[in-house]
Amino acid sequence: MELWQTFVKMVHALVPWLDGTVAIILIIFIKAMALLIPLMLVVAYFTYAERKVIGYMQLRIGPNRVGPKGWLQPIADALKLMTKEIIFPTKANIYLFLLAPVLAIAPAIAVWAVIPFDEGIYITNLDISLLYVLAIGSIGVYGIILAGWASNSKYPLLGALRSAALLVSYEIVIGFALVTVVMIAGSVNLNTIVQAQQGGIIYWYFIPLFPIMIIFFISSLVETNRAPFDVVEGESEIVGGTHVEYSGMTFAVFFLAEYANMILMAVLSVIMFFGGWHSPFEAIPYLESVFSWIPGIIWLLVKTTFFMFLYLWIRATFPRFRYDQIMRLSWKVFLPITIIWIFVVALMTQLQLSPWF
Amino acid sequence: MIKNLNKLIKNLTLNELRTGLSITAKELVNKKITVQFPEERTPISSRFRGLHALRRYPNGEERCIACKLCEAVCPANAITIESEMRDDGTRRASQYDIDLFKCIFCGFCEEACPVDAIVETQIFDYVFESRQGSIMTKERLLEVGSQNEKVINQTKLEDAKYK
Repeated sequence: MELWQTFVKMVHALVPWLDGTVAIILIIFIKAMALLIPLMLVVAYFTYAERKVIGYMQLRIGPNRVGPKGWLQPIADALKLMTKEIIFPTKANIYLFLLAPVLAIAPAIAVWAVIPFDEGIYITNLDISLLYVLAIGSIGVYGIILAGWASNSKYPLLGALRSAALLVSYEIVIGFALVTVVMIAGSVNLNTIVQAQQGGIIYWYFIPLFPIMIIFFISSLVETNRAPFDVVEGESEIVGGTHVEYSGMTFAVFFLAEYANMILMAVLSVIMFFGGWHSPFEAIPYLESVFSWIPGIIWLLVKTTFFMFLYLWIRATFPRFRYDQIMRLSWKVFLPITIIWIFVVALMTQLQLSPWF
Repeated sequence: MIKNLNKLIKNLTLNELRTGLSITAKELVNKKITVQFPEERTPISSRFRGLHALRRYPNGEERCIACKLCEAVCPANAITIESEMRDDGTRRASQYDIDLFKCIFCGFCEEACPVDAIVETQIFDYVFESRQGSIMTKERLLEVGSQNEKVINQTKLEDAKYK
């Protein structure tokens, strides 16, 4: 936070003619860009990592032609998508057709505003940030439903119907899963939740909430339409679901939204269950001093990278679920377990079970 | 009852999922055997039947005597030959076309040829840039032959003892 205040003072000193409001807007803009540009770069290279990792798991090499070792592949992909023609279906509702990708990506990026990267490094410190995450995250489903409806085509509509039912049922599971975290941390502020996990690896919430952690992670696969739950796209069943009629940049925006959402869910898993920016070596006598020079944001990124890798690993491993099986998993398995675990956590709270309470 | 309980425990501990994940994790670090095609190539048999070529004798005289045996044996009717008498009284092909769209690369023409004029080389990565490009004229066939004479000679020698 001190760093940030020096930066604000620097801006004021450099351009003193800026009055308060303009300066604040400028500062907010710079903050947003400082988050957005790295995020988009990570998304671009996450697609490269996905193709590489899945390739390796399938005994292939993956992209290695564009640039050294294929490092320029995402840039080539982006250029290709940007220069391609955007086709509008004749009978589509063009306004909604164009609104859909915006509605998909806007929440995926907006949620990042409350993510704490380190002690004091965040865009805004909202007291109800967890509610904000759930609320804004839910808007993303409108993007997919609108895309399916506005395309005026049968496969996109089928995809939209599937996504509507799926996302609604899994949001309940995710909501209940996060309730347990809130019960332990006693706050819906993401900063406070991470601070509550301070003091070493045994304080992290994945220990008392182990089944919830797994349920949250699997539900996040559904929320982001990832394999093995990618029935919304389901290439082999409904061609490409909501993406069928989209081309060029409109498709690229959906793509960006999906990957931004995936990284977001990985970060949320880390914040909720794996101690956010805290080092795993905290409170271990010797190792703590050895690793104390690493800033918290690096720990957050390392843990997030692991979860991002898990997404790819799972995609390379499992075949797609049947649609009704996904619904059964939600209502008959995850929801009962989560509700039972809420009672277990309530019991733990009542018993003042150390070290978490 | 016990069986069901066992199954329930296995399901809840994600037993099968962990088995699957361990397999893909193992493959992740395994050595990859992909051949990087334009730079690396897999070995090709000396009997490989690729693009055709017309050969010449070491003194530069073309081998083909326009006997039309290849035209007759060709099961796909891909070969068209016109012959003429040259000034020195020998018979030579004035036209020798192979339509690569018709050709099925059976290698009969090569076997029928009494003077080893028409051969199939090991070249398989060729392109045509126009529709007419599929027709290999006599000039193009002779050019392929003169460019690859060394390789053709080598492969024919290798294969000769098995014929």
